[in-house]
Amino acid sequence: MHRIQWEEAQQKHVILYPEGMVELNQSSAEILKCCDGTRTLAQIVSDLEQKFETTGLTDDITAFLGVALQNGWINQN
Amino acid sequence: MAGLTKTNITPPRWLTAELTYACPLQCPYCSNPLDYAKYQSELSTDDWKRVLTEARKMGAVQLGFSGGEPLIRKDLPELVKHARELGYYSNLITSGYGMTEETILQLKAAGLDHIQVSIQASSQELSDHLAGTKSFEHKKSVAHLVKKHGYPMVLNVVLHRENIHQMPEILAMAEELGADYIELANTQYYGWAHANRDLLLPSKEQFQKAEQIAQEYKEKVGGKMKILYVIPDYYEDRPKKCMNGWGTTSLTIAPDGMALPCHSARELPGLDCPNIKNYSISEIWHDSKAFNFFRGFDWMKEPCRSCDEKEKDFGGCRCQAYLLTGDMFNTDPVCSKSPDREVIQHAIDSAQASANLTNDEKPLIFRNSKNSRALAKIN
Repeated sequence: MHRIQWEEAQQKHVILYPEGMVELNQSSAEILKCCDGTRTLAQIVSDLEQKFETTGLTDDITAFLGVALQNGWINQN
Repeated sequence: MAGLTKTNITPPRWLTAELTYACPLQCPYCSNPLDYAKYQSELSTDDWKRVLTEARKMGAVQLGFSGGEPLIRKDLPELVKHARELGYYSNLITSGYGMTEETILQLKAAGLDHIQVSIQASSQELSDHLAGTKSFEHKKSVAHLVKKHGYPMVLNVVLHRENIHQMPEILAMAEELGADYIELANTQYYGWAHANRDLLLPSKEQFQKAEQIAQEYKEKVGGKMKILYVIPDYYEDRPKKCMNGWGTTSLTIAPDGMALPCHSARELPGLDCPNIKNYSISEIWHDSKAFNFFRGFDWMKEPCRSCDEKEKDFGGCRCQAYLLTGDMFNTDPVCSKSPDREVIQHAIDSAQASANLTNDEKPLIFRNSKNSRALAKIN
């Protein structure tokens, strides 16, 4: 139902769903791209902290994933 | 109109492809123009492919295949496939009429993302009456097929005085059909709905009761079924932000190739809406008179011009201003600041005065080619 894709004209990722669209900022897109059904929350945090050479992302990522879950952008198994 | 530089123009995001005006249904609130029978010619498959390609290149990403009934076009799967290859999210807005399991499989294979099925009421008798065509049972089976093949089940019910009392049953029907979304859209009074307004516009009490029922149901079902309730603007005191602003987001292509800033715009005088047969989508979007006509704020009259809310609603709907006040530059009369606000009250009063008339005294005008030809005064 939801599809995430890169939009060249907008230079950003968007989530597409029936008759609607959400534009994502870079960090949201990075988090969602990690939601591939294989990684755990801890893995997503450590992968992104490594990728962006930073620490302390747990709270931000958890909060965003809560929003994503509520909107049906991702599912929890 | 004047004073706009090209850099102000945002690219189109939503493309509505009205593939045909032909439709097996005859809903008396249809948003197609009253004189649609005048426009017999339809774009070719290649024309449509070019439209999709060019609009996508500019940034359009949501695509609605609409009509009339888009399933009538035999090249629909081919167009869906082209859209998918270009990266559109494609929505099929259908009555469901004529849809078979084979069609759904074909469209799914072509890459269609979403199917929205309209149902006219919760009972067969009323639904078939409003559609002007026996279709209720078929629509329900289509809803099951949509679900069976893994599509989100999106139902659309247009609300008006003839069916608004069925609100609890409509919601129960949607739940029973396994709807993921139900769009309860109060009639917008343009085109055929405007011609039938006296018979369709509910009272404020009816509308408030229906909204309350929808609200309670929303709480009951939680996130399981999303309920989208589209308000009727006659009972609001501010106009809608029509089309998210003229020429900012939305591009509609009519069956004959006319490019429209909104689907009603071909009824506005003097816009000279361009046809895609003569221009590229980019030329149409950036340079045409029609798409620049109500961009920005310079076109506004008072009270809009000096209003501190003008950036919120852009003065409301141009088509509604024209239809109800005769001047498309006026403030949308739905706004309580409009000097023409009384036309809305007159419409409400007139509808109430018709509430007790029988069908013989004041019949609904069904949307069909015979009525359209009569209204357009053509043979």
